[in-house]
Amino acid sequence: MLLNELWFLLIAVLFIGFFFLEGYDFGVGMATRFVARNETERRMLINTIGPFWDANEVWMITAGGAMFAAFPNWYATLFSGFYVPLVFLLLLLIARGTAFEYRAKVDHPKWSGTWDWAIFIASLLCPFLWGVVFSTLVYGLPIDKNMNMHATFASIVHPYSVLGGILITLLCLYHGLVFLCLRTTDELQQRARALAKKVFWILAVAALAFISVTYFVTDLFAKRGAFLYPIYALDVIVLILSAVFLSKKRDGWAFGMNAGVILLTVASLFVGLFPRLMISSVTPAYNLTVYNSASGSYSLTVMTIVAITLLPFVLGYSIWSYYVFRKRVTKDHHLEY
Amino acid sequence: MFDVLSLARFQYAATTIFHFFFVPLSIGLVLIISIMETMYVVKKNEIYKKMAQFWGKFFLINFAIGVVTGILQEFQFGMNWSEYSRFMGDVFGAPLAIEALLAFFMESTFIGIWLFGWDRLSKGAHLACIWLVTAGTTLSALWILTANSFMQHPVGFQINNGRAEMNDFLALLTNPQLWVEFPHTIFGSFATGGFVVAGISAIALLKKRQVSFYLKSFKLAIIVGVISSLAIAFSGHAQAQYLVQTQPMKMAAAEGLWKDSGSPAAWTVIASIDTKNHKNNQEMKIPYLLDFLSYGTFSGNVEGMETLQKEYVAKYGKGDYIPPVKTTFWSFRVMSGFGGLLCVIGLVGVFLLWKKKLQDSKWFLRIMVASIAFPFIGSTSGWLMTEIGRQPWTVFGFMQTAASVSPNVTAGQLLFSIIAFITMYSVLAAVMIYLFVRTFKEGPSLNAKQDVSSNDPFDGEAYHVVTE
Repeated sequence: MLLNELWFLLIAVLFIGFFFLEGYDFGVGMATRFVARNETERRMLINTIGPFWDANEVWMITAGGAMFAAFPNWYATLFSGFYVPLVFLLLLLIARGTAFEYRAKVDHPKWSGTWDWAIFIASLLCPFLWGVVFSTLVYGLPIDKNMNMHATFASIVHPYSVLGGILITLLCLYHGLVFLCLRTTDELQQRARALAKKVFWILAVAALAFISVTYFVTDLFAKRGAFLYPIYALDVIVLILSAVFLSKKRDGWAFGMNAGVILLTVASLFVGLFPRLMISSVTPAYNLTVYNSASGSYSLTVMTIVAITLLPFVLGYSIWSYYVFRKRVTKDHHLEY
Repeated sequence: MFDVLSLARFQYAATTIFHFFFVPLSIGLVLIISIMETMYVVKKNEIYKKMAQFWGKFFLINFAIGVVTGILQEFQFGMNWSEYSRFMGDVFGAPLAIEALLAFFMESTFIGIWLFGWDRLSKGAHLACIWLVTAGTTLSALWILTANSFMQHPVGFQINNGRAEMNDFLALLTNPQLWVEFPHTIFGSFATGGFVVAGISAIALLKKRQVSFYLKSFKLAIIVGVISSLAIAFSGHAQAQYLVQTQPMKMAAAEGLWKDSGSPAAWTVIASIDTKNHKNNQEMKIPYLLDFLSYGTFSGNVEGMETLQKEYVAKYGKGDYIPPVKTTFWSFRVMSGFGGLLCVIGLVGVFLLWKKKLQDSKWFLRIMVASIAFPFIGSTSGWLMTEIGRQPWTVFGFMQTAASVSPNVTAGQLLFSIIAFITMYSVLAAVMIYLFVRTFKEGPSLNAKQDVSSNDPFDGEAYHVVTE
C-alpha cells in the first residue's frame, strides 16, 4: 500500500516540476506582449527560453505517463472527462511548439508576427486551462459509479475554477517575469522587474481570494486543515519574500522563492486531495482514490525502481543544460529562434 | 459511420498516420546528422559541419511537428480509449511512462543544447549531444514498440480483479514480437532519413548546384539507405514468419487466404478479393513462395481464414474474427513492394557512385527524387497492415476495439476534435513543406557569411558560421 502513496507523491512532484519549469516559459510567452517593444526584443525574450521549453514540457508528458502507469483509472477518468478542454490544450500546445521552432525560419514581419501571437495566446491559455482542471479536481466533478465523468460546461467552468485558472496564469506570468530578470540585461530587465512588481499585487489578491474561496467551497480545509494552514501561511510568506528580493534586485533569490510558491501551491491541492485523486460530486463513494485507481503492486514496484534509477540522470543533465546557457541573453547574442 | 467507435477509430488512425510521417524521418535524420558531425570532429573538415548544420535545419523543422503531435498520441489513450486504459493501463502504461522519463527528457534536453550550443561547447561535448539525441529517439522507438508489441502479442501479465495486471516486466522487454518489430521499424526509420537526404541531394545534383556538398551528402545517405533497406527486408521476413505463429489470422488476411493452402503453398501476388463470399475471383500465384515466406521452407500447410475463424470462435466465443481483408492484403503488398524498390534503388545508387557515373545518370537521379516518398508509403502501409490486421482486437485475444472506447465521450465531441485536429494538421503539413522547400532553396551557406541575426559585428560570438 505504501507504493500507492509514493506514486501519488511522485506525480505531485512531476506536476510541481512542470509548473515550476514550464511555468516560467509560459510566463515569458505572455511577457512577449508586455515587456518587449519591438521585434528584436520579442525575439530576445523568446530566446531566453529557447534551449529549455521543450524539456520543460516533457515534465507534463511524464506526469501524464506516470498517471497512466500508476493510476490507470485516474488517467482514464480525467482524460476522457476533460475531453473538450484537453482538445483545446493540445491545439494550443501544438501551435506553441511549432511557433517557437518556426518563427525565425522566414525573415518577414508577418510570418514571425503570426507565430508570436500563437506563442502569446497559447502561453496565456495553457496555464489557465491547467488551473481550471486542477481547481475542478478539488471542487468535485460528476463522476458515476463506473468512474466515468459526465461533465457539462457548467461542471468545468464555474467561478471557482475560473479563479483557479486566473491564479495559475498570474503565477506563471509573475514567475516568467522574474525569470526574465535573471536572463536579460539593461532596459528589458528593468521593464520585466517593473512589471513583475505590479503583477505581484494582482497575484497576491488572486492568491488570497483563491485560498479563502477554497476554504468555503471545498472540503480541503475540513479534511486537511492541519496541513493546509501552515502550507498556505508559508506560501504567502515566500510570495512576499519573492517580491522583497525582487525589489532589492536579488533576482536569483526571488526566483528561488517562486519555486517555493509553486511548490506550496501545487502541493496544497495534492495534500487537500489525498488520498483522493478525483472527487465525485455525486457521492463520496464514487471518489477515485489512490487505492481504488492504482495499478498492482508489481507494476508499481517496477515503476518505482525505474523512476529512482532514471530521475537522478534527468535532473543531472537538466541542471547541466542550465549551466551551459547561464549567460544572459543580450542584443549581441546569436538568436536561434 | 458517425457512431462514437468509428469516429474514435478514424481520429486515432488519422492522427497516428500523420504523426508517423514525422517520427521515422526524425529518427533517420538525426542518425545521419550524428554521422556527419562525427566526421567533422574526426576529419576536421568544415564541410561536414556545414552538412550537419544544413540537414539539421530539416531535422528541426520536422522534429517540431513530431514532438507536438506526439503529445496528442499520449493523451488520446485516455481521451478516446478510457476503457482500454483502465483495463490495460497497469501493463501498457509502464512503457509509456518509461519512454517519457528515459527518452523524451534525453532528446528534448540535448536537442536544445545542440541547437543553441554550437559556440558554447567543445567539439566533443557538442558531438556527444547529437548522439544522445539519436540514442533518445531510438530508445523512444524501443519503448513505444514495447507497448505496441504487447497489443500484438500480450505477455507478462495476468487478469486480476477484472483487469490486466503486470506480473513479469522482463517478459514485456523480451517479447519476441518486440524483437522482430523494433528492428523492422528502426531500420525503416533510418532508411527514411537516408532516402530523404539522398533524394533532396539528387535534386541539387540534377540542377548542378553546390555539387561537392550534395555529392558528399548523397554518398553518406545512400549508404545508410541501402544498409537499412536490406535490413528492413530481412527483419520483415523474420517478422512474417513470427506472425504466422502468433497472429495467423493477420497473415492469412494479408495473403488473402480463405481456405487452407495445402502443401506446398503458393503465394498470391494479386487478387480480386470478394469478402462477402470468402473467395478471390482472380488470382496470380507463385508456387512454393508462401511456404518460404511463412516457414522459410518449401513445403507445409498454411491455415486459411475460415479455419482460423472456427478455431477463434471455439476459443474466444461467438464473433467475427476476420479483419478487413482487402486493406490488410493490399497494404502488405504496397509495403513490401516499396520496401523492395528501396533495396533495388539503393543498390543501383551505390553501384553508380562506385562507377562514378551518378551525376551523369539523370534518369537515376530523377528516380531518387521520386523515391523520397517511398519510405513514407512503405511505413504507412506497414502500420495499416499491423493495426488493421489485428482487428477486431486492441490487445490480441484479450480485449476488443469495440470494448476499448470511452463511454462518456460523445459523437459530437469527437466530430469537433476530428475537424479541429485535421484542420490544424493540414496547416502544419503545408507550413512544413513550405519550409522544407525554402530551406532547400536557400541552400547550405558554404562561403564565409556573417550571421544575419547579429547586430554587433565586433562580438566574437556573433559569428556562429565559422569562416573558412
